[in-house]
Amino acid sequence: MSNKIETIDVNLHYGDFHALKDISLGIPENSVTALIGPSGCGKSTYLRLFNRMNDLIPETRITGKVLLDGENIYKIKANKIDALRRNVGMVFQKPNPFPKSIFENVAYGLRVNGITDKSFIEGQVEKTLHQAALWDEVKDKLKKSAFELSGGQQQRLCIARALAIEPSIILMDEPASALDPISTGKIEDLIFELKAQYTIVIVTHNMQQAGRVSDYTGFFYLGSLIEFGKTRKIFTNPSKQETENYISGRFG
Amino acid sequence: MTHLDSELTMLKADIIDMWRLVLNQMEKGRDALTNFDRDLAEEVVENEKRVNSYELKIDKDCENIFALFQPVATDLRLVLAALKIGNNLERIGDIAASVADFVLDADTDFNKDILEHTKILEMYAVANEMMADTLEAFDQEDTRLARTIFKRDKILDKIDEAALDRVEESIKNYPDQVRNCLLVLSMIRKLERVGDQSKNIAEEIIFYFEAKVLKHKKKKKKEGDE
Repeated sequence: MSNKIETIDVNLHYGDFHALKDISLGIPENSVTALIGPSGCGKSTYLRLFNRMNDLIPETRITGKVLLDGENIYKIKANKIDALRRNVGMVFQKPNPFPKSIFENVAYGLRVNGITDKSFIEGQVEKTLHQAALWDEVKDKLKKSAFELSGGQQQRLCIARALAIEPSIILMDEPASALDPISTGKIEDLIFELKAQYTIVIVTHNMQQAGRVSDYTGFFYLGSLIEFGKTRKIFTNPSKQETENYISGRFG
Repeated sequence: MTHLDSELTMLKADIIDMWRLVLNQMEKGRDALTNFDRDLAEEVVENEKRVNSYELKIDKDCENIFALFQPVATDLRLVLAALKIGNNLERIGDIAASVADFVLDADTDFNKDILEHTKILEMYAVANEMMADTLEAFDQEDTRLARTIFKRDKILDKIDEAALDRVEESIKNYPDQVRNCLLVLSMIRKLERVGDQSKNIAEEIIFYFEAKVLKHKKKKKKEGDE
């Protein structure tokens, strides 16, 4: 399996704070990669490298290479950053639907990208709501406000919204931490289904979740990547003592 | 189907495949004995490696499921039962291969009267039926069928207990077959264990489907405990 994303000797500073230290890592295509580690370990910062979201934080300095399909995304022209973010969808911790109807939430990305073909938009909305395992629950109330949905449904709506513009990578930052166990299960099953078509990188505090959904796991600690490997290996026989201490809850 | 469900379905399929392989080993061992088919006996000995690799695979799959999915309730009991059933099946596989090894130790074919008189073929028939029925009980969630296993183990025990006298008689009747008579005695001692392994498997099946622990319980309780 080839690497969809690759980082080579990446260092990131927020002002004086050295948030990522010499991270070299390849993320395989069409798989789920989980990033785990205690708060402040750098896992979310690392995730935000891939759609250049860290650019929005002042006094951020990045060195090293971040390759997406072999191209260094920190060398691309400024006018290509929009295209990058179209290709790299993101889902956040708290469901953040727009104050619009269910239909318009999913259609939004298409409309801002200049698509006006009504039947294409309708088709795409239905397709992605199916992909996000939400269609059956919302098909009769597409015109209703997205805020009428439950938290779990809102999060699946946000996933549908991310999928509508057909990215190849989906970043998820704690996508289920605000959800109840049933909704969490649905999101996890959805992640498992989606990896056939997308490369998914998920940051999670929930180690069991990393075990359940991911093919590969990276353990971050104090800005360094301590260990990366197949999830099965990491959770049954990690190579580093720090990893074992963390996943078995004997940290510190 | 959830991710865990698909893992459990694969685990079940592997156990059932292993079960069929081991039953097949037992049947071939019996045929190798009755037809004095050395090639078949060698095949059984050779195939033991496949049985062993199934056990390793099931062990690894169970370890992964525990580590990655933390199964609970029925799912947990399935994984626990799978570990133990895999272990018991592997031992039955060992027994099948040991008997085939004994066949290879013989110099001449086994006299039919000796096989009849010592009841080793009846033993094989009962043991193989127990294996087939535990498989069906597992596959069809039939704990009633699983409960019939305990009684049948008695038949094997009785044949085993009487084996020394019967083999002695056979030696007197066929003094030219002393070696084969002794081999048959060794085989009977091995085959008796298949009954114990099948009983353990039946206990695991009942544990899996009903969450009842029958281990170390009195026989009557096991059969009547509905």
